[in-house]
Amino acid sequence: MKTAVIQFPGSNCDADALHAARLTLDPDAQFVWHTEAGLPEGTELVFLPGGFSYGDHLRSGAIAARSPIMEAVKDHAERGGFVLGVCNGFQVLTESGLLPGALSRNRDLHFHCAPVHLRVENHHTAFTGAYEANQVLEIPIAHGEGNYYADPETIARLEAEGRVVFRYVDNPNGSLNDIAGIVSEGGNVLGMMPHPERAVELLLGSEDGLGIFASLKAGVVK
Amino acid sequence: MSQTQSLRPQAATFGLTEGEYDLLVDNIGREPNALEAAIVGAMWSEHCGYKNSRPLFRAFPTTGPQVLQGPGENAGVVDIGEGWGVAFKMESHNHPSAVEPVQGAATGVGGILRDIFAMGARPFAVLDSLRFGNPDSPRTRFLLNGVVEGISHYGNAIGVPTVGGEVTFHPSYQENPLVNVMALGLLRHEDLAKGTMGEVGNTIVYVGSKTGRDGLGGAVFSSADLSAASQADRPAVQVGDPFMEKLLLEATLEAIQAGVVAGVQDMGAAGLGSSTCEMAYRAGLGITMDLDLVPTRESGMVPMELCLSESQERMILVPVPGKEQELLDLLAKWELDVVTIGEVEAHDRYRLTWRGEVVCDLPVALLNEAPKYTREGVESADIRAKRERDLGGVPVPGDLGAVLIDLLSHPTIASKRPIFERYDHQVMTNTVVVPGAADAAVLRVKGSGMGVAATSDCNPRFVYLDPYTGAAAAVAEAARNLACVGATPLAITDNLNFGNPHEPGVYFQLQQAVQGIADACRALNTPVTGGNVSLYNQYTEGDHKVAIHPTPTIGMVGVLPDVTVRATMNLKAGPHTLYLLGRHATTLGASQYLETVHGLEAGRVPDLDLELEKRVIEGTLALIRAGLTTIAHDPSEGGLAVALAEMAIAGGQGLKVELRAPEGARPDAVLFGEAHSRVVVAIPLGHEQAAQELLDGLGVPYTALGESLGGSDRVTISVTGANVQLSVTLDALKTAFETPLREILA
Repeated sequence: MKTAVIQFPGSNCDADALHAARLTLDPDAQFVWHTEAGLPEGTELVFLPGGFSYGDHLRSGAIAARSPIMEAVKDHAERGGFVLGVCNGFQVLTESGLLPGALSRNRDLHFHCAPVHLRVENHHTAFTGAYEANQVLEIPIAHGEGNYYADPETIARLEAEGRVVFRYVDNPNGSLNDIAGIVSEGGNVLGMMPHPERAVELLLGSEDGLGIFASLKAGVVK
Repeated sequence: MSQTQSLRPQAATFGLTEGEYDLLVDNIGREPNALEAAIVGAMWSEHCGYKNSRPLFRAFPTTGPQVLQGPGENAGVVDIGEGWGVAFKMESHNHPSAVEPVQGAATGVGGILRDIFAMGARPFAVLDSLRFGNPDSPRTRFLLNGVVEGISHYGNAIGVPTVGGEVTFHPSYQENPLVNVMALGLLRHEDLAKGTMGEVGNTIVYVGSKTGRDGLGGAVFSSADLSAASQADRPAVQVGDPFMEKLLLEATLEAIQAGVVAGVQDMGAAGLGSSTCEMAYRAGLGITMDLDLVPTRESGMVPMELCLSESQERMILVPVPGKEQELLDLLAKWELDVVTIGEVEAHDRYRLTWRGEVVCDLPVALLNEAPKYTREGVESADIRAKRERDLGGVPVPGDLGAVLIDLLSHPTIASKRPIFERYDHQVMTNTVVVPGAADAAVLRVKGSGMGVAATSDCNPRFVYLDPYTGAAAAVAEAARNLACVGATPLAITDNLNFGNPHEPGVYFQLQQAVQGIADACRALNTPVTGGNVSLYNQYTEGDHKVAIHPTPTIGMVGVLPDVTVRATMNLKAGPHTLYLLGRHATTLGASQYLETVHGLEAGRVPDLDLELEKRVIEGTLALIRAGLTTIAHDPSEGGLAVALAEMAIAGGQGLKVELRAPEGARPDAVLFGEAHSRVVVAIPLGHEQAAQELLDGLGVPYTALGESLGGSDRVTISVTGANVQLSVTLDALKTAFETPLREILA
């Protein structure tokens, strides 16, 4: 699956995302600099990596969401192309309107880096087809602003449409409805705070993140 | 250049003694102007010039086949094989953190990272060695929370994992905490860069943040005692911007890898002045720089500010001749301020111009060759008396289980997980052994099967009571910690934190500690590749002086030839037999137990036998590499009983051991004494014979202790002969171990 990892100034999980993508999806996955006007020809997956794009100035993800490359990412998503936003990438997705809601500071106002347990709430998506229903995954988080918020109507809609894909077993940050990851209406854009790219090799403790990449690669939607 | 009026009466305001001022006048044959005096004062400060410490450093071994770069550059570099090198260094940010903990600690991280990428290495791990005063005091909570926030803010944002370190508490650090930050970077041998001006005709490029008035006089500030008035020095503390540093990091590495950089150095202590002076000195050439070209963020800045500001996130790059434009274009991509501010010339002067006039004209060598002082060291009679104190009258407590709980809940020993969880310790996806899981951090090297291990260690109580043995023990402990994860120790960096060297008692500690480090490094084949000296860690209020405990923090790096062959401290499933490599402790001297339970900081530091240490390290590595164990842990503060409890807590499994006390040893010494050169390993049932044969073959002394019991929820330790037993539930141990830091951290 031809993968482009977008690099913003201040991205710091860009190399991790590229490493995981090359390992699982596309040995030729490439970086794309934020000032580019377009994605490489034939891009199937856009990976928005974690980090502190633009130093989190203004609001996390706010400036990156207005970078030149994001126009191309939006076009790609509108055409049904896959977009995976992790951590700061999720923040960029909500800031750019590709996903609803917002991510505010963690309930206790502190950064947390720890493995957490997630439940797969919907395994009928392009990102989760390889998982079992209600499977519990161990995937690390590392963020200070992962507290998901949306207005009650939006939350109700996300829940009703099965767009809450991952839920925390023990909510680490105060997210409404324990939400850890959601998909777009079309199901082709996934935003999540936990880092699946950190959980693709047993050497580092968990390979529970592999399912996301395996699902995309296999094109399995149950 | 003419300066008619002598500045001698104000010498102290430049950080110079009158004698040093006279030396300067004699050398240049005229009176210096204020800018020149200030530059000399900064370059001759302890921080830049090592005037009190360098003469002692001749004792250090600094070479070996593994050393790619020894002392004298921005960081040391060791060869780990397959064309890879690891650049590493530790540096203190003690005084800034004492007055402004968040920014003090944050810029400590920023500064050491620049030292690493200035070598052409990509930073890939940070460790912090932190020491604070009384854990119950509001000041300690303020400092600890601030320092943790600063490290978290900077390290997390720039995306370099914080993978280890130490956090300990002792009243001597009440006013003067220690913040020592160690960073490691990975490089290919061919990318090794140097801090030199290169050759005549090269240009000098300034890149990074604009220069402001922050951090003025930092090098001098950090080379004097702290006092209540130090709060007024808050402007001497810099403010960090990790976003800018991230851009600078990527730009610098891209430029070095593109082959367009002849020399590179970060602007650290004493800023533009010191970095360009040092680079000129290494090249053996002179330079001229135009201060009007320095990018500024405030108006009306004068040469002294332009030259000595310690604004963060700035580098000097010297392009390869003919590649100037290529370098400038590459840096522009990262949207950094880039200005060519000077040129390398065929003379030996350090020249600065401003508004068309020469404002500084000094010999490069003079600036870089600070006067050296060898002082008289005399041991304090008070400390000697503490060391020689007879401990025979110390009672053996009735409830040794309660002692174990007390020790585990001492903030120095207790779990540091609440702190590590605030640091991103996994970014870069290399962290194989996370903080707190083993005696050292382990990172994999992508693209090879190897791993790199790192640790930082020092037991300041040992060093206080016996600086020679204590400092040597810090080196030994660091090497042992690396062995406990399966890494071969390679080399050290040291961060020498001491009080005021003008005091004979403090100078004695420095002298002895340096010799101890040197001897241990020689014995364990871990040369010194660089380091940092932080003196004047002393709080003065009128006649009341509190010097910190002498703290030579040792940062050590090792290599795992195969990163999958390693050990951690947690007991693992299935029955195991526990062994102690080395010998039982027989004395209470200098132990945490003696201080926590009996209120005594006294006694002799246990003898350190470096030959035994070598064998224990070799034995531990051999067991791990033969596949005979994946469980190893080194007893340190709190002794063997605490080490066993930590292994049980980490693994969620109980254990039952019988310690056979050596003839005449007290049971509390066997349980809680802090003898060196010991490692606890767990051998899976049925492999004991093979393990013993291997250890016998290497001449490693060992004792079987007992077994780890899957399914048991108790830690039971008896001392045979003394008819003593303690038995505590895992839950009680866990609560004692995990609660204290959560409460101290807001």
